[in-house]
Amino acid sequence: MYNETVMDHFTNPRNVGVLEDADVVAETSSPGCGDITKIYLKIRDNRIVDVKFQTLGCAAAIASSSMATELVKGKTLEEAWTLTRTDVADALGGLPEPKLHCSVLAEDAIRTAINQYRIDRGLAPW
Amino acid sequence: MNGSSAQKRQVYMDHAATTPTHPDVLAAMLPYFTQEFGNPSSLYSIGRRVRKAVEGAREQVAAALGAAPAEIFFCAGGTEADNWALKGAVSAHRSRGSHIITTAIEHHAVLHTCEYLETQGVRVTYLPVDRYGLVDPHAVEDAICDDTIMISVMMANNEAGTIEPVGAIGTIAREHGILFHTDAVQAIGHLPIDVEAMHIDLLSLSAHKFHGPKGIGALYVRDGVAIERFVHGGAQEKRRRAGTEYTPGIIGLGAAIERACTDIEGHAARLRRLRDRLIDGVLREVPHSALNGHPELRLPGNASMSFAGIDGEALLLMLDAQGIYGSTGSACSSASGEPSHVLTAMGVPPRLAGTSLRLTLGEVNTDEDVDYVLAVLPGIVERLRAMSPLSA
Repeated sequence: MYNETVMDHFTNPRNVGVLEDADVVAETSSPGCGDITKIYLKIRDNRIVDVKFQTLGCAAAIASSSMATELVKGKTLEEAWTLTRTDVADALGGLPEPKLHCSVLAEDAIRTAINQYRIDRGLAPW
Repeated sequence: MNGSSAQKRQVYMDHAATTPTHPDVLAAMLPYFTQEFGNPSSLYSIGRRVRKAVEGAREQVAAALGAAPAEIFFCAGGTEADNWALKGAVSAHRSRGSHIITTAIEHHAVLHTCEYLETQGVRVTYLPVDRYGLVDPHAVEDAICDDTIMISVMMANNEAGTIEPVGAIGTIAREHGILFHTDAVQAIGHLPIDVEAMHIDLLSLSAHKFHGPKGIGALYVRDGVAIERFVHGGAQEKRRRAGTEYTPGIIGLGAAIERACTDIEGHAARLRRLRDRLIDGVLREVPHSALNGHPELRLPGNASMSFAGIDGEALLLMLDAQGIYGSTGSACSSASGEPSHVLTAMGVPPRLAGTSLRLTLGEVNTDEDVDYVLAVLPGIVERLRAMSPLSA
């Protein structure tokens, strides 16, 4: 059902855990399946210099979080904002159709975190 | 779990999904593919020999149920048997009424057939269950209307493992002159069955759940019970189920059911001991774990448990990576992505239902298998919980 890349990011997730010195933390949940993802971002000079995640969810949700954090690490906030669920699913080499919605959580959490970071600094959210 | 040898261990604990065909069963089947390949409807000797073997298998199935051979009809499996029982009985008894009573925890083979029948003007009552998954026979009786033609309650649930009071429900059905069907797919070889004592009119079974081959099952139809034919065509199965018989499968079903029902109590006692060690060990070792279903009235091999704060699919795949094969909810449910309708009907909140793991033991499992699961499972749950935002 899952390809090797998905299984790799599920069984050996990158960037999993808590970022103690995060500049912003955001959590999103899926009303449908109850999955929850929390994203921690450390930002220096408008760039994501470190990122961690925690996810309660299926293999697709965990692998998507892992891949999404890999994709935004080192990116500017503008670049990170453009990350879509399709980018995440594509980078994973595809997800089964019923599991595509699981890749939404990571994207949502990252965008929520970026906007929270902007709000915290008196900037208008994107 | 240290070293590659431990990681290569394979522990199959999904016997409610399917079982390996027993070598003796396979050996009984094999001649009917290549040597005794005749069509049992043919009049010459090779056909007559196969006919005799098919009728022998029918006797084996009948003996396991306390039925007469003429009451056994071979078909493709449990799903077909359930479809046939419901649709066939409704067709044959439509003049008497159009109401069916079933439960919220039936297999989809029953539930989705009932939903189809609703589109054909049949009224269906889906009875609730208690938190253990038990159907209340009094609720069955209270649901009976003047136009009720059939009651369908499974003998034991495939997910939670709860054993239903089928004997009591059968008695009620008989008193009211209503047909009683039971899906016994999970029960064969695990529970003693007597269609007379339990007042069962129709019973579905499937060979691959008890070390027989896939693709073959049977419907028991009590003598005198009218049921519309399901597959139209030739005169096979007394004109009730057309199509050339799957003779190797039928021989396999007969051999498997005779094997499975030879020492049910001894087999069940062995499974119960292993299962209880597994359940007790997991509940002891894993914080915030809970048993699904009834503590005593459960199938001897069924260990269905919930682990708050993780996802059942993630747990299943982590176990798979360690060579342990189980399921979450039911295999059908995990494909649909919906929380288990069985656990939800038992009042388990959808999120907790999604954390469920079903391990179902079979005759191949050993104490060493249980030890291995107990060595591996708690660490995996801990690891998944550490990944979860709820842990911090």
